[in-house]
Amino acid sequence: MTYSASEMMTVAAARALTNDDICFVGIGLPSAACNLARLTHAPRLTLVYESGTLETKPNVLPLSIGDGELYETALTTVSVPEMFQYWLQGGRITVGFLGGAQVDRYGNLNSTIIGSYAKPKVRLPGSGGATEIATSCHRIYIVLRHGRKSFVDKLDFLTSLGHGPSGRERRALGLRTEGPSLIVTDLCTMRPDPESKEFEVVTLHPGVSADAVRENTGWPVRFAGQLRETPPPSHTELGVLRDLNARTAQAHGVTSAE
Amino acid sequence: MAEILSLSEAISRFVRSGDSLALEGFTHLIPFAAGHEIIRQEITDLTLIRMTPDLIYDQMIGSGCAQKLVFSWGGNPGVGSLHRLRDAVERGWPRPLEIEEHSHSAMAHAYAAGAAGMPCAVFKGYLGSELQAVNPRIKSIACPFTGETLAAVPALRPDVAVIHAQKADRTGNVLIAGIVGVQKEAVLAAQRAVATVEEIVDDLGTTGTNAIVLPSWTLSAVALAPGGARPSYAYGYYGRDNGFYTAWDAIARDRARFTAWIDANVRRPSEARA
Repeated sequence: MTYSASEMMTVAAARALTNDDICFVGIGLPSAACNLARLTHAPRLTLVYESGTLETKPNVLPLSIGDGELYETALTTVSVPEMFQYWLQGGRITVGFLGGAQVDRYGNLNSTIIGSYAKPKVRLPGSGGATEIATSCHRIYIVLRHGRKSFVDKLDFLTSLGHGPSGRERRALGLRTEGPSLIVTDLCTMRPDPESKEFEVVTLHPGVSADAVRENTGWPVRFAGQLRETPPPSHTELGVLRDLNARTAQAHGVTSAE
Repeated sequence: MAEILSLSEAISRFVRSGDSLALEGFTHLIPFAAGHEIIRQEITDLTLIRMTPDLIYDQMIGSGCAQKLVFSWGGNPGVGSLHRLRDAVERGWPRPLEIEEHSHSAMAHAYAAGAAGMPCAVFKGYLGSELQAVNPRIKSIACPFTGETLAAVPALRPDVAVIHAQKADRTGNVLIAGIVGVQKEAVLAAQRAVATVEEIVDDLGTTGTNAIVLPSWTLSAVALAPGGARPSYAYGYYGRDNGFYTAWDAIARDRARFTAWIDANVRRPSEARA
């Protein structure tokens, strides 16, 4: 069965989630990954969207964070202040999924601007929930397409703290949450070194070379000693993901963004 | 007690040029009809406050209503950029736009602090983020009991809040159902508040429930505006027009096309610019 790089990325992200996780879900690829996990190996995975919907089980992927589908299929829905106060800040969320325009080798993220803040070349959407998701969830998984513009040596702006600009700042701040522990891209998966906190490639997706990752990373990227291949998507994973995307496309009347 | 007024009278009486204004509604129940009325009435120099500016503030910014934006996520959900917001920030069109940028958590806490009559919100936030360096209104404070460093931001106290809701009764009590967002806090934090509603009924039917009801005496005015959240949605009435959110990208990308769209769809025909 052939599959796209996006499908590989979504499947690899989904596999990181377990039945015990309570997951703060963002729109786009994280939402697809979380629902794929819920519909395959982790049926008891709890999904929380920042619009206040707790334990939601959408039948189609939402286009926005506050679609009616999320409310209709939720156990209960709370206000936005309550979501950020009791549920996120209160430490109830085990996994937060984050993306951004740029990531550095320590998992710090930029979703604010390209260029300088005073005279931005590109004004990006900004933090949204990300800044506090990054520090309040027990763990962070980052999903981002590989490329030299996104995997950068130095961020234009640090919106959401990973392990800090030198890999040490997070610990120095005394945060008890773990921070970024996984990066999933369209080429590979990466984990931080336990000491330096620098992300290194642990698995390459099938057919992807180490050179391809090097060429698409803006710093001299490290590879784990025991570099493995990411298991390809199974028939079940692909089937469930494609059904989900087809239902979504039909419901929104637009082409699904995978 | 809220007065039940027409939309145009509610806006002209309670929203003034130079106001700080919060139009809230988290994806759901975004008060588009009220925002369009503000554009039509050429109310200007506004400080616009919203967690997610969304298409409504893209339209108001592009129409020249705003001098400042207070926000935490300025994108078109699931689609991409807000091009009018970007054009104002990146190139100052149609006028420069000052921005005060926060995180969602900060704004949610700041509205709750405003509703609670607090001068500021104190929370666990902004740790390690450069937002602190570019927004002088983000400060830190030591917990007097544990010494822990906490973030502090000023409470949001808008001059006026505008929301859209499902129903009001004839007294002007207003029911919000579904994804309830931050509207209750925005209304209680504001000096004046206007609610537009899908319908006005004899009885809200909420006795014995914990539904979110804003009592009439927390609002300045209630105005009937069926369809007033479109292309956002009103749960129980109509769904979100995802196709329009997608189509907005191309409309808003181009200044002339945007202006033509506002003239044709928002301004009254007699007022449309030549």
